[in-house]
Amino acid sequence: MTINGAQILTTLLERQGIKIVAGLPGGPILPFYDALKSSSIEHVLVRHEQGAGFIAQGMARTTGKAAVCLASSGPGATNLVTAVADAYLDSIPMVAITAQVPQSLIGTDAFQEVDTYGLMIPITKHNFLVRSPAELLEVIPLAFSIAESGRQGPVSVDIPKDVLTGTLELGEWPEPGRPEKAPAIADDQIKELAALITKARHPIIYLGGGVISANASALAHELTRRIQAPIVSTLMALGAIPPDEPLYMGMLGMHGSKATNFLLEETDLLIAIGARFDDRATGKAAEFCPTATIVHIDIDRAEIGKIKQPFLSLHGDANEILGKLLATLPAQQRPDWVRRTLELKAAHDLRMPSAAEDPLHPLGFCRTLASLIPSDSIVTTDVGQHQMWIAQAYPVRHPRGLLTAGGLGSMGFGLPAAIGASLAAPGKRVVCITGDGSIMMNIQELATLAELDLPVAIIIMNNAHLGLVRQQQELFYGQRYHACKFASKPDFAAIARGFGIRGVRIDPNDDPLAQIQRELARPGPVLIDMPIVEGAKVLPMVPPGAANRVMICEPEKAECSC
Amino acid sequence: MHTTLLELEVRNHPGTMSHITGLFARRAFNLEAILCVPLGTGATSRILLLVADEPRLEQVEKQLAKLHDVLSVRQRADLSPDLFRLLDDGWQAGATKPASAATAATAAG
Repeated sequence: MTINGAQILTTLLERQGIKIVAGLPGGPILPFYDALKSSSIEHVLVRHEQGAGFIAQGMARTTGKAAVCLASSGPGATNLVTAVADAYLDSIPMVAITAQVPQSLIGTDAFQEVDTYGLMIPITKHNFLVRSPAELLEVIPLAFSIAESGRQGPVSVDIPKDVLTGTLELGEWPEPGRPEKAPAIADDQIKELAALITKARHPIIYLGGGVISANASALAHELTRRIQAPIVSTLMALGAIPPDEPLYMGMLGMHGSKATNFLLEETDLLIAIGARFDDRATGKAAEFCPTATIVHIDIDRAEIGKIKQPFLSLHGDANEILGKLLATLPAQQRPDWVRRTLELKAAHDLRMPSAAEDPLHPLGFCRTLASLIPSDSIVTTDVGQHQMWIAQAYPVRHPRGLLTAGGLGSMGFGLPAAIGASLAAPGKRVVCITGDGSIMMNIQELATLAELDLPVAIIIMNNAHLGLVRQQQELFYGQRYHACKFASKPDFAAIARGFGIRGVRIDPNDDPLAQIQRELARPGPVLIDMPIVEGAKVLPMVPPGAANRVMICEPEKAECSC
Repeated sequence: MHTTLLELEVRNHPGTMSHITGLFARRAFNLEAILCVPLGTGATSRILLLVADEPRLEQVEKQLAKLHDVLSVRQRADLSPDLFRLLDDGWQAGATKPASAATAATAAG
């Protein structure tokens, strides 16, 4: 059978189980779009390639499986770059397929030629420039295998146009790419870990996003109950532990709660699971958990010892390691430590007015949101104050229930990621919480959303500012505000209607929560423009570079320290 | 600066050298010199890297080992860092040409 590169690529994606791809065509990728037209794969046409990248991320973050985005050469590829880098920082499996000018033109500065291979090197797990149709048979399954193996991440495949049009006598199809098995864990390491835990007086479990990708959330929760140790979470692990677990301490670090950061000062055994000791979590790393013996469980060997040297490290799959550990570990009691944990938690609970007093208080609204949407909803955020308020106050009730751009912190993530989440979880309520700054960064995808007619609600927490910039200028630059206030205030509801989506602006003086609830109850997409008070801050806040015990808290600007 | 040698075995793809040198640049590791020699049929190459002998060396090795095209990484404390200087002296003098298959490049290469 004679078949061209584009048909090979299409069939390989079908065999890989890909049902939906997001992209935007241009000249060099047209042979592939020609083949895609007669494929079972649904194509979501975006309005900017970054939207395609974040839609793929939304799908991947929802399912845990590698998703695909497409772009043509040159600007198509460069527009994908932010979404690919974002996937790399958050370890999200994705295969980014770009077309390239024909090989005969590579290196000639041809029209829409850019060195995609070079651009993708530092922001992918691995990347390919495919040189023949035959190579596709090897590269495409391998790309999926790499993206989904070990610590997941994005893989870029750049395909020159002549590879898509070139033909091949096809023999057999290769097997689809599958994740590799994780390295085995030695029993004596499990024993050593169990002994350390048994000996510890004040253990704390510290979860990172790896616990979500390893599907180890339930076992991490069981570990907390079994050994009666408090459990803290990074931004990326929110949702791993149900918010009603008494020993769950929420987020640590820069915008973590006071109780959590204080408690970490007292631990004698820190059990890190799928966490990478990111500076937003640890504050000044040298002063993080100063009295603790550290155990580090991670699938990526390079993370072990990168920031903090552990006393014991276990390199492998968190789900497997916790399963083995729990099989040998008897229940333990730590009444004093539990008492201390609950005492700190009660003393430093997040303070916010009730919904009756101030329904649109940013923190209060994030807490109230949970009562306005079904418990299996998926919330996506953009980046900024609203993101941190959600992280602090919205009770994420299941793993993958919060999709947020953690490592790279890309504004513009929320809307396309919500579209991707909705595509991957049909019928579920998806809510994108965003800001008036972030929404502007991929607002063109409202057109994509309108076409797809998905149950995605966009709620803009609108303070007409780059709020987190304003907050930093207030706290660290002597209130010399510059370039953080938007002079013009777009009518976002009218913009949504212009795209063919329901758009409403909330009147803060007329039972705003009832208005929001009414809009959320109606089917289909909606954009809700919600005014919030200017100048509200995300607190507590650890100043960048400071130790976590140094927190700026309420009352504002007073430093508190344990 | 105290230096040491790392020996890599790599898949011989056109992009492999970019992956390796790019890693050093973006993670702010020191890379003083490179020697790359194709092996056997040319499917793989052996690379010698002259690097700073610092506490972060272990992290350098781990990051190198993560690269898909890097098949193995090991320290060659038995080799003298002078190897590169001797190589350079040799071909500058024209007295002893480096092995014909060998190519040497700076970190920028």
